[in-house]
Amino acid sequence: MRTVRPAVVGGILLALCAAVAVVALGTGDYPISPGGVLRTLVGAGTPATDYIVLDLRLPRVLTALAVGAALGASGALFQSLTRNPLGSPDVVGFTTGASTGALVMIILVGGGLAQVALGAIVGGTLAAAAVYVLAYRGEAHGDRLVIIGVGVQALLSAAITYLLVRADIVDAQRAALWLMGSLNARSWGHVVIAGSAVVVLLPVALLLAQRALILEMGDETARALGVPVERARLALIATAVGLAAAGTAAAGPVAFVALAAPQLARRLTRASGPNTVPSAVTGAALLLVSDLVAQRALAPTQLPVGVVTACLGGAYLIWLLGWRRRVRATTA
Amino acid sequence: MTGTAARRLLLGMVGAVVALAAVTATSIAVGSKSIPLGTVVTAMTSYNGTLDDHVIVHDLRLPRTLLGLAVGAALGLAGTLIQALTRNPLADPGILGINEGAALGVVVSVAVTGLTSPLGYIWFAFAGAAVSAVMVYAVGARGREGASPVRLVLAGIAFTYVLHGITFAILLTDTAAFDRWRNWSAGSLAAADPDALMGVLPFLAVGALLALALSRSLNALALGDEAGQALGVHRGRTRLLGAVAVTLLCGAATAAAGPIGFVGLMVPYLARMITGPDYRWLLPYSLVLAPILVLGADILGRVLARPSEIGVGVITAFVGAPLLIAMVRRRGRLPQL
Repeated sequence: MRTVRPAVVGGILLALCAAVAVVALGTGDYPISPGGVLRTLVGAGTPATDYIVLDLRLPRVLTALAVGAALGASGALFQSLTRNPLGSPDVVGFTTGASTGALVMIILVGGGLAQVALGAIVGGTLAAAAVYVLAYRGEAHGDRLVIIGVGVQALLSAAITYLLVRADIVDAQRAALWLMGSLNARSWGHVVIAGSAVVVLLPVALLLAQRALILEMGDETARALGVPVERARLALIATAVGLAAAGTAAAGPVAFVALAAPQLARRLTRASGPNTVPSAVTGAALLLVSDLVAQRALAPTQLPVGVVTACLGGAYLIWLLGWRRRVRATTA
Repeated sequence: MTGTAARRLLLGMVGAVVALAAVTATSIAVGSKSIPLGTVVTAMTSYNGTLDDHVIVHDLRLPRTLLGLAVGAALGLAGTLIQALTRNPLADPGILGINEGAALGVVVSVAVTGLTSPLGYIWFAFAGAAVSAVMVYAVGARGREGASPVRLVLAGIAFTYVLHGITFAILLTDTAAFDRWRNWSAGSLAAADPDALMGVLPFLAVGALLALALSRSLNALALGDEAGQALGVHRGRTRLLGAVAVTLLCGAATAAAGPIGFVGLMVPYLARMITGPDYRWLLPYSLVLAPILVLGADILGRVLARPSEIGVGVITAFVGAPLLIAMVRRRGRLPQL
């Protein structure tokens, strides 16, 4: 039962992803029936559907799936590491750091896709490292991590505000769109960035899952069981930051997927441990559905997907705080 | 309190007022354009509207300095008040979601009504700030533990995300609103408009008087809820009046000058190091120390980036955030109140 349930949940979520993907590929200014989408995917479409589905819409859908999976898995590792359901790249300052790095590239350097992605990865990694080092006093206590995260984010937000005010209005609006996290006009380049991280780092995360589970029991216990604690922790952090970095580089700082996906996955599978793969699949489904909502909610206006995830995620956090009987987050 | 301690605090207060006067004078005398001190003095004493330098001093620097004084005093008082009411050292309008509520108000007013003068959007900002403050507190105070520091911060983060999402959805479709928003959100005294200042001044004054009048009740409340009640303090009424004062002070200040973070967090902390826990001293000290910080930050912003300038909110964040981090690191946790 304990091993069957996660597999069944994972299977159902994968099926959901596939179904939503077919709907998303058929949705837009030029609607295509699900049958038409499937025919196009297996190579039996018309030149028109080939162009629309394969060249225009497929990169966007694949980017959504890969970014969602990367963020979901990253959040699962962060939450396991910090032993705190709120330990996500949002809270530890990674996201704001990545935003600052990307903005420096967009506004000061005027860079393209590769430079912006690089800026996001470097900025996010530096910020996460700074928060972790500042909060570390023997152990990175949950509350301290949250509050130091708030402090570092406030500092970086001030820098972002300053950059936005200084910039030319066109650059500033491009930067603001990036800041919200968007899947509009994604290319195969974005798919490669996010997809390669998932392909390479998700297996690594799986290999590390056993160690993460033991680390959750506390450093003392882990040492007694023969786990090299600091090395295992560093490997986990590097993997989690790598996944978050790739996701952010491809889609911008999409809020809350990394926070909510692992929590939803845990509820669905009821499994212990970091739950990496179910979280990744949940994240992929969450982002794909959010992107469909973002495209259709105020059509023809295309919202950036980050607007939808921020609203959904904020509402979810409010519900966690106010309406659940006991919030584990605050006692962690 | 012994007589010598009271005399020491009174003396300190005189010193703080002198420092405030000095910063105020500096704020009028110093700016992007160097104007000789003699000209500044004559601009104040015998104003001549045909001289450029006189116009700069009289019509730009003076309103700006007055706005800094008013906003600083409001944020300092509000910070002390929030900390007293929630016993939460992290209480700051930035962290509690008030800024994001006011930002949404600004964006909605520019996008929907096309108002672009501060006088037009100030009321929307005020309403947005008030609504979001009430919601964050309501959610943060739910549950068994009540409004614990971390719960309030998390509620603030949650509402900030939702409001931010809505704000951006509007901003991305409206370039005029975007331009207004990015300048407003840097927290600047530069656009000081005497009419806007006069508009919010009544709210600030009522809020300040209410805050100062509560100092005795807050002292009793600090002893714990039961002891406070035994001393005849009505707990619910004190909390409600305090919350009204906070909303008036923060909402009006943020509406007038944009989000200026960390003043409400730093000043009560510094004031408490001088005065100890007595709110009859703590509130007046915050009232005087906070404008020193705001005007000081504003002067720094004008001087650092000559001939352009850096918003005062950016400077206070760059000073305040490291202080917050140092505070949490040194004690290993948040200071308890």
